[in-house]
Amino acid sequence: MTSGLWELVLHGIWVTVQLLVLSGLVAAAVAFGVGMARTHRLWIVRFLAGLYTEVFRGTSALIMIFWVFFVLPVAFGWQLVPLWAGTLALGLTYGAYGAEIVRGALNSVDPAQREGGIALSFTPWQRMRLVLLPQAVPEMIPSFSNLLVELLKGTALVSIMGMGDLAFSANLVRLALQQSAEIYTYVLLIYFVIAFVLTRGMRGLERKLKAGLGRPVGRSADQELHRPETTGVGAGGAVR
Amino acid sequence: MKWDWGAVADFMPKFWDGLLVTLQILALGSLISFALGLVWALLMRTPTRWVRWPVGVVTEFIRDTPLLVQLFFFFYVLPEWGLTWSALTTGVVAIGLHYSTYTMQVYRAGIEAVPAGQWEAATALNLPVRHTWTAVILPQAIRRVVPALGNYVISMLKDTPILMTITVLEMLGQARLFSQQNFQFTEPLTVIGVAFIVIAYPASLLVRALERRLVR
Repeated sequence: MTSGLWELVLHGIWVTVQLLVLSGLVAAAVAFGVGMARTHRLWIVRFLAGLYTEVFRGTSALIMIFWVFFVLPVAFGWQLVPLWAGTLALGLTYGAYGAEIVRGALNSVDPAQREGGIALSFTPWQRMRLVLLPQAVPEMIPSFSNLLVELLKGTALVSIMGMGDLAFSANLVRLALQQSAEIYTYVLLIYFVIAFVLTRGMRGLERKLKAGLGRPVGRSADQELHRPETTGVGAGGAVR
Repeated sequence: MKWDWGAVADFMPKFWDGLLVTLQILALGSLISFALGLVWALLMRTPTRWVRWPVGVVTEFIRDTPLLVQLFFFFYVLPEWGLTWSALTTGVVAIGLHYSTYTMQVYRAGIEAVPAGQWEAATALNLPVRHTWTAVILPQAIRRVVPALGNYVISMLKDTPILMTITVLEMLGQARLFSQQNFQFTEPLTVIGVAFIVIAYPASLLVRALERRLVR
């Protein structure tokens, strides 16, 4: 491989990382917004949030990407910059999976904690912010870590739309060199390294957050089997 | 926004062809992932680390890299090595292999969830290792893992459109072909989007019902 081709790959890594960070932020915002809405006291809010998660989790991420790239411009006249279209499609889809994680973790907080908050006459928002979230967030981390890796794998899908990410650059190099074993091995290794950094980073974060609560790190066999709602991209399940 | 029911009607025959291919991929891919996942899970329990370590690294590698790139790897590299498979076969093997690294974790959890007393009883009854597994441990473990495996079948369903990229004409492939021929994107893409929800949502309800019955 020549240095020019490596430059192509480097640019691909940069696009993938950009896409990962941006869609990760969108997904996190959606996950917390919709996840908390699913524990709201008004049924209509819970229903709408539930509808959102079922629709976005029900369909495939790739179809969402096609939809944002091809249907939005024709149907509504919104032509998005490819990076933003990719961010939007990935963020909305993976956000729906994240919402299930947030909901599961919020529900797994001991009910006495919520009742304590009511007894102290906290407002619902204070209860969420001061009592529920600090205990729920550390429980979410292992699932979010899985989801983040799924999101990284999902970013490869935008290459189908011609965005110059890492998977796309692999394709270009394959066409240039007329051989595929070498470049695809490198690209798979690069994805693995990024995923490795992400999961180890999240593990460190979990350890730090759980130290504040005095809870053990990691997930038990029981949690693995009771991981509900994994109906989607690989392992993005909720902790119960 | 214009919605053309005529386009939907024109697309429907293609849609059924695509659905059939999607279900084929799903059925074969699930079979591969169930079988191979069990193999990985059992290999991870062998006493020597010279087996556990390579299996652990390889499966984590497959789990943490995009299915799309793995698919290209199989599709373009295997012919260079002299293995020529049809696109459908390549896709089914790739998706089955990819998901086997997930089902392996499910099996592992299921095996760990079998109470230690069952192992001890098998030892006390002097059962050979083979019988301990086939008559005591696996029947109890498999019962627990059925719902979790079901979840991964649904996940796999949603990953089947990726096979479009290696020219398999499943639902999304058919929709794309139709859009390019007729220049109508909205209708076919929406139809298959809805079709995925219509299949996946009842399936997830079924899995939840199974979970209530089988896992305690």
